[in-house]
Amino acid sequence: MSEIAGVLPDLLEQTAIMLWMVALALVFGGVGGLAIGTGLTVTRSGGVLQQRAVWWILNVLVNTFRPIPFIILLAALQPIGRLVVGKGIGTEYAVFAIAIAATFGIARIVEQNLVAVPPGVIEAARATGASPWRIIRTVILPEALGPLVLGFTFAVIAIVDMSAVAGLVGGEGLGNWAVAYGYRQFDEVVTWSALVVVVVVVQLLQALGNALARRIMRR
Amino acid sequence: MAQHIVLDRVSKRFPPAKRGGDEIVAVNDVSLEIERGEVFGIIGYSGAGKSTLVRLINQLEPVSSGTITVGDVVISELRGKRLREQQTGIGMIFQRFNLLTSRTVAGNVAYPLEVVGVGAGERRRRVAELLEFVGLAGRADAYPEQLSGGQQQRVGIARALAANPEILLADEATSALDPETTAEVLDLLGRVNRELGVTIVVITHEMEVITRIADRVAVMEAGRVVETGATYDVFTRPRTTTAKRFVQTVVRALPEGDDLARLRSRHDGRFFTISFTDEGASEARVFSALARAGVDFQLVHGGVDDIQGRVYGLLTIAVRGEADAVARALEGIGDGVTVEEQR
Repeated sequence: MSEIAGVLPDLLEQTAIMLWMVALALVFGGVGGLAIGTGLTVTRSGGVLQQRAVWWILNVLVNTFRPIPFIILLAALQPIGRLVVGKGIGTEYAVFAIAIAATFGIARIVEQNLVAVPPGVIEAARATGASPWRIIRTVILPEALGPLVLGFTFAVIAIVDMSAVAGLVGGEGLGNWAVAYGYRQFDEVVTWSALVVVVVVVQLLQALGNALARRIMRR
Repeated sequence: MAQHIVLDRVSKRFPPAKRGGDEIVAVNDVSLEIERGEVFGIIGYSGAGKSTLVRLINQLEPVSSGTITVGDVVISELRGKRLREQQTGIGMIFQRFNLLTSRTVAGNVAYPLEVVGVGAGERRRRVAELLEFVGLAGRADAYPEQLSGGQQQRVGIARALAANPEILLADEATSALDPETTAEVLDLLGRVNRELGVTIVVITHEMEVITRIADRVAVMEAGRVVETGATYDVFTRPRTTTAKRFVQTVVRALPEGDDLARLRSRHDGRFFTISFTDEGASEARVFSALARAGVDFQLVHGGVDDIQGRVYGLLTIAVRGEADAVARALEGIGDGVTVEEQR
């Protein structure tokens, strides 16, 4: 018990840093992923803004980034990170890299859920004279909202996972703390307390996502 | 009456499904004139091109060739914003209703009003009025999945009428409904036509739908309109095989093949099919003429149908007796009937 009490201040601090990283990466990656995923859906053939060239570019972009293992992407994005966040190391840079990876992951999740919106509903909106942008805003996104929330919940958990390797580039957070102070210093209390916190955080996020989706889908 | 929708040599071709395949001609050189205020039916089997044709009228699909004029606007030449403005004047309902599951009944009906930019207060007033009209006044806050199919189609109709369109396109609007609900929805469409003066184009593969509400009908087959005319005329005097087959789905017209053989095994005598329209004769006149002539007869097949409030009879009778007596009996029925012996 006293051992846990000893690591508690660090545990809380690193948990807060992790949650902050996850939140920022989710906001930026979420917005980026929503934009690209929506773009993929509406520009594909038969979409409300069918644009073969745009679709092709987006598709290649997503297919290029998605298979890269995150730990390699984290190292490789350093030059771009220096331009965007001013440095290629530290927590801020790690957030940048996570947001990039999350953008492309979320893009596919968003696309999968948006293409599942029944074409008939979109056609009914087109028949009322609604513009493509209005249809995206008032039909495609709202109709897919429940599954989208579940998809984002899935993405958040992947982001928690990615945040754990921030230590590679000198970033902080629960993962780095568990590796640097738990694994390397043979302190099992640190490793296990980090693990327990991550599990609890993920459980809570999943429960929150499920509850929200259930409310939206009224089931 | 003035023309409301005019299709002039309209074709719609789709690119081949796979590279090197044949182009698909969904609508092939169709010309039609639909009058203001009428209910116009388009009947055909699935794949005949009728759903594509109706989507050309409101330009959900662009034409490949030909022109479509709605009112005094050549809608087939419009694109973008100017097309969308015209589309607000044409409501549409669908086989699967296509309601937004994320919105309540009221939210669905309000949708076209948002599109045309009606303010919130006016929107509420209009939605209430529309739901009253379709008989769903109490269900404004329900979600579509809480409603029955017939109720969902009523919401679809309310939505289609929200922006005060002059035209309503109904694409297989009753095909997903049971017969009783179908009748209710068709009655509602009839009211839309009579009370609001909306021109209605009904697409269906069910002849009952046509006989119940359509003033005129076009029969489609393989992308072409093969027969057009007043519903009663097409029904009583179908010219094409396709039209005849549709007519037979409602009147069990002429027994054929196995049916005929089964009837013959049960009844003696010669079989005659007597058809008459309301101008010519009535069932009573046919039977009394036969009775007067003193021949033994029995009704074995068919009956009298009501098409748009008019009578059409198709009776197959088995007659026993001397050839002369039978001939005299049939003669005695008088004018306005067609008698055909089934051999």
